Amino acid sequence: MLSKEEKELIAQIWEKMIPIASEIGSESLHRMMTTFPGTKTYFSHLDIRPRSRQMLSHGKKIVLAIAECSKDISSMMVTLAPLQTLHAYKLKIDPYNLKYLSHCLIVTLAAHMGSDFDPVAHAAMDKFLSAFAAVLAEKYR
Amino acid sequence: MVQWTDFERATIQNIFGKIDYEDVGPAAFGRCLVVYPWTQRYFGNFGNLYNAAAIQANPMVAAHGKTVLRGLDKAVKNMDDIKATYAELSVLHSEKLHVDPDNFRLLADCLTIVVASRMGSDFTADVQAAFQKFLAVVVSSLGRQYH
Repeated sequence: MLSKEEKELIAQIWEKMIPIASEIGSESLHRMMTTFPGTKTYFSHLDIRPRSRQMLSHGKKIVLAIAECSKDISSMMVTLAPLQTLHAYKLKIDPYNLKYLSHCLIVTLAAHMGSDFDPVAHAAMDKFLSAFAAVLAEKYR
Repeated sequence: MVQWTDFERATIQNIFGKIDYEDVGPAAFGRCLVVYPWTQRYFGNFGNLYNAAAIQANPMVAAHGKTVLRGLDKAVKNMDDIKATYAELSVLHSEKLHVDPDNFRLLADCLTIVVASRMGSDFTADVQAAFQKFLAVVVSSLGRQYH
C-alpha cells in the first residue's frame, strides 16, 4: 500500500534518474549479474561486459519503463500490459529474478543518492518495485 | 567450508575496517524496522516505533543496532569458520528469541543498502558481490541451529 506522499516521492526519484537512465540501468544489471550469477543465463545473446553498448541500451529501456510507471502508479496494469505479454510469452524470465534486479536497482539508487536514500524513500521504493514486479509477472500463468 | 578469494577476504576486512559501527549498526537496524515493519514484532519493549522518525530517534534501536554490528565483527574476524562462531547465537535466536530466520536476510539487505549509501561508487558490483556472499554465509550460519 503506497500513500500519496510515497507515490510522489517515488515519482520524484525516478524523474531524476531519467537523464542518467542508461547509467543506472546498466549498473543495476551489472550488480545483479555479479551478485546473482544465475541471472546471466538470460543474457547469453548480449555483450554483458559492464557499460557495453548493449548493457547501456538495455539498462536504459528498463529504467525508462519503471520511470514511466512511477508517473501514474495506479495505472500500472495498463501501462505495463505490453511488457506483461513480452515477459510471459517471449522472455519467460523466472519471476524470482525480478526480485534480484529490484534489489540491485535499490543498491544502485543508494550508491548514487547516499544519505538522500533514507529509510522512508527505501521503504517506498521497495514497495513500488515489488508491486511493479508482481504486475509484470501477472500474465505468466 | 566456505572458500574465500583473496579479493573477497580483503574486501570484507576493508569494508568493516572503514565503516563506523556506531553509525552503520543503528542505521541498518532502524532501516529494517522501517522498510520491513513486521520485524518490529520482536521489539515490543522498545517503546516508540510508531513512524520512521521515532524509530531513528529511539535509543534502544540505536543500542541494538550497535550490538548487531559487534556481533557481525565476530564473523569478520573468523571468516574461515563462521558456522562454528555463530553456533551459540543461532541457538539463542531459535530457542530463546524465537526469531524467524528470514529476518536475518532482511537485515542483511538493509545493511547492504546502508553500506552502499556510505561508500557510493566505491561499492562496486564486485565489492557488492563479496559483501553479499559474506552476509549470506552469516545468515545461513545464524539459521543453522534451528530445528
